[in-house]
Amino acid sequence: MSSMLWIGTRKGLFALRADGARRSWKLAGPQFLGHIIHHVVQDPRELRTLLMAAKTGHLGPTVFRSGDRGRSWREAAQPPAFRKALEGEEARAVQRVFWLTPGHRNETGTWYAGSSPAGLFRSSDGGERWEPVAGFNDNPMRPKWAAFPTPDGEFLHSILVDPRDARHLYIAISIGGVFESTDAGASWTPLNEGIAADFLPEPNVPFGHDPHCVVQHPAKPDRLYQQNHCGIYRLDRPERRWQRIGTAMPKKIGDIGFPIVVHPGDPDAAWVLPMDGQTVWPRTSIGGKPAVYATRDGGASWRRLDRGLPRSQAWFTVLRQAMCADAHERAGLYFGTTAGEVWASTNGGGNWRCLARHLPEIYSVSHAA
Amino acid sequence: MSCTIRIASPLRSYTAGATTLSLGGETLAEVLSALEQRCPGIRFRMIDEHDRIRPHMRLFVNNDEARELAATVRDGDTVHVICALSGG
Repeated sequence: MSSMLWIGTRKGLFALRADGARRSWKLAGPQFLGHIIHHVVQDPRELRTLLMAAKTGHLGPTVFRSGDRGRSWREAAQPPAFRKALEGEEARAVQRVFWLTPGHRNETGTWYAGSSPAGLFRSSDGGERWEPVAGFNDNPMRPKWAAFPTPDGEFLHSILVDPRDARHLYIAISIGGVFESTDAGASWTPLNEGIAADFLPEPNVPFGHDPHCVVQHPAKPDRLYQQNHCGIYRLDRPERRWQRIGTAMPKKIGDIGFPIVVHPGDPDAAWVLPMDGQTVWPRTSIGGKPAVYATRDGGASWRRLDRGLPRSQAWFTVLRQAMCADAHERAGLYFGTTAGEVWASTNGGGNWRCLARHLPEIYSVSHAA
Repeated sequence: MSCTIRIASPLRSYTAGATTLSLGGETLAEVLSALEQRCPGIRFRMIDEHDRIRPHMRLFVNNDEARELAATVRDGDTVHVICALSGG
């Protein structure tokens, strides 16, 4: 099995290609130099196809599609955009396409995109033409669900499609919370019980939370993990109350961070990369000593994995889309930092090595087969 | 009615590298519609879904900045598309 990493950065698209053993990696690129690349995702239904969410400092947001594993790209004919505002309505415009998710395996050509400000969009033709998902974008509750836009706007991300049911979807909004639809996006309900929101005047609320990243285990889709602004959580459906599994993290490390990644074959295994969430929220590796933490028991316990990572004075920030696993039996784990380094482990985080340095600020790292 | 539109460098991937194009239209909206016909996809990178000029874009008709797409364009005018970037 070959391995490839797509690296989306603030200044362009890069790729790292590995040999079969994942020992030797070669950096390629940049493509789209100067473009802001938020997310690059391979289509698991057609491995030659990739979609990329992009914009530039000047130009509006768009989506590019490749049908030849990233050798060439073509822009969407109709990028994600909100519908025209009616008289008296707020005229929201997509500022960035932030997140891309392939649709269900039985719905060839279907993709979802999440935007800032929070919007959900669907394409039925492989990313060529995008339509707003009215059930969310026009939902009368949406302004209340996403009522606290941060200066960069609120982000809609972590679009999850239940592999057993194409109509069963989850989305997350920072800030807004996690929402579930069982009718292909026509209606949505909040799913935030048990999640702390200690930044709000009233922390016990049905929505208004800040999920940083939500993942669903592909082989056990009832198992969800969430790295939130306020901790690490697990939810086993049909339960509706999240359990804070981050309480098992060492107290001096805490359970704040951006990404969370599941092991492709083990629903009890997940990795996080804790960030400093104290005082003014530096959002850097704690004490300048980066470490990944892994659980093999669904969050009951966590183990520090830092062999090969810098021992001191390394102030990594790793964003929510910038950490991923591959599908090898011995899972490869990868992350990119805002300082432009890509780090890899081919033994589940046991040993780390740097694959690339001096890249622009890394926004996303995604594995492609 | 014909005007000249000058294309800033970030948009020239849509014009096959052309820096100027000759287009018809009596308003900025009509000129941009003609531009979109000629160079598909270019308009949405400049103008949002509510027909607002994007924050880092400026459009001038001759020497006058146009804030609305209803701005009049006359025969022989030059429309300038200017990209205004901030930060590093």
